[in-house]
Amino acid sequence: MRVIYILWLREVKKYLRSRTQVVASLGSPLMYLCVLGFGLGPVFQKAGEGSYLQFMAPGVIGMTVLFTSMFSGIALLWDRQFGFLKETLVAPVPRLWIMMGRTLGGATVAMLQGLLIFVFCLVAGFRPVGLLVLPLAVSIMALIAVVFAALGTVIGSSLKDMQGFQLVMNFLVMPIFFLSGALYPLTNLPKPLAVLTRVDPLTYGVDGVRAALTGVTHFGIPLDVAVLIAVAMVLMSAGAWRFSRIEI
Amino acid sequence: MIRVQNLVKRFGDLTAVDDISFEVRRGEVFAFLGPNGAGKTTTIKMLTTLLKPTSGVLELDGLDPAVERDEVRKRFGVVFQDPSLDQDLTAWENMEIHGVLYGVPRQERRERAEALLKLFELWERRGALVKTFSGGMRRRLEIARGLLHTPKVLFLDEPTLGLDPQSRNQMWTHVKRLNESDQVTVFLTTHYMDEADRVADRIAVIDHGRIVAIGSSRELKERTNTESLEDAFLALTGTTIRDESASAAEGMRQIARMWRR
Ligand SMILES: Nc1ncnc2c1ncn2[C@@H]1O[C@H](COP(=O)(O)OP(=O)(O)OP(=O)(O)O)[C@@H](O)[C@H]1O
Ligand SMILES: [Mg+2]
Repeated sequence: MRVIYILWLREVKKYLRSRTQVVASLGSPLMYLCVLGFGLGPVFQKAGEGSYLQFMAPGVIGMTVLFTSMFSGIALLWDRQFGFLKETLVAPVPRLWIMMGRTLGGATVAMLQGLLIFVFCLVAGFRPVGLLVLPLAVSIMALIAVVFAALGTVIGSSLKDMQGFQLVMNFLVMPIFFLSGALYPLTNLPKPLAVLTRVDPLTYGVDGVRAALTGVTHFGIPLDVAVLIAVAMVLMSAGAWRFSRIEI
Repeated sequence: MIRVQNLVKRFGDLTAVDDISFEVRRGEVFAFLGPNGAGKTTTIKMLTTLLKPTSGVLELDGLDPAVERDEVRKRFGVVFQDPSLDQDLTAWENMEIHGVLYGVPRQERRERAEALLKLFELWERRGALVKTFSGGMRRRLEIARGLLHTPKVLFLDEPTLGLDPQSRNQMWTHVKRLNESDQVTVFLTTHYMDEADRVADRIAVIDHGRIVAIGSSRELKERTNTESLEDAFLALTGTTIRDESASAAEGMRQIARMWRR
């Protein structure tokens, strides 16, 4: 337990110390929030869907959690490059613990980042249905964070160097985001798109956060949570397996 | 304590370690000498569970590092040739994490970390981020961290690389003391022949992945009819520089890798 804790603490400490990184990673979610939120607002309103900001804010929160948690998993590659990974890999503790500490640390950081964006959403004019729903929304954010931190770990353990990183960003992270229903409603989508959105785990995450915060939902919270937990378990196992096979 | 038999490691078509066999006795200080690219680090990586051998038998304290990895990891400590510190943490935090990973009890961890940081003159800088350290300071921290727990076997892969004579002296004195008082078996590599001469009970000379000679410093000198260990080393491994062939091979490998993509 102490091992998991200290590796978790390491991630959180590093996050709290790197102010520039915090600010930098807030950039793109804020841009989406402001530019799309206010830019597409009138069109959305005209289509009779209500406030676009209200609709997309949970999506932007989901996006922040996605990016940050994936990134923390892939930061494994930095540790490989700068050598610290070796130090943990020869330690006399099961690699499962090491992987758990790292992944949970990354997930925590992603959640903190998501909360920060949530505050910005409030400032921008987003209004959740009440304060009581907050714990539920945060729990769902935590699930999203674990799912993608684990996915990041799977990828980080499988790549050898930084060259694959751009590939992962463009062909995995961005599609996960755009197919998640973060930016558009899931109703009346063309068939292929509808199918793709349903295999994207973030879809359920965003739907869950949206349901908790605004009461608008497509699948319902029970299904969202069930899917997220199942995917988290699969990806954590896959991460543990990949991590245990790392060679340097 | 360590037994290696017919060990082979291939990376693609490069044979880094080519059928080597040797034994290290309990409580012994054993030096592995060899030109660049000889296969020293690769051997250490296999013994420390970081790499799986292509073939051959490995044994550390009666256990197989390729199979009983968790058990083997409880028995050794290692200072790697390349950096393995977390640069975004402080010196103290790096020590703390190491202590926790190796299950050193809190009180003991603090005391030993303090003693070691003082020994290597890093105590005043314990709260500074490692990325603000000079190369030699990082190396010292790396060594201090490696000595935080008392393992049965201590692997030191070119520990004194880039260190000033004072620090080198400190380190070897400390290692020698550990070896004598706690019966720690030491497996080291170095390119400084005087160090090997001073601390090692036995020396293996490895070249092109093969062991060319093994014995005490005196035996090696006698066998090659030379006065110093340095001369014995040169007599055994020749005077050509190895980097070139190694880097040419590395270049080819990189091209091959690019094409495979
Ligand atoms: N991961 C790897 N992939 C491919 N080749 C490798 C890898 N690691 C080592 N090698 C090759 O194996 C050979 C032995 O390398 P090794 O690092 O064991 O040498 P060394 O004896 O430690 O040398 P040095 O004194 O320079 O540290 C070298 O030719 C090196 O290029
Ligand atoms: Mg080496």
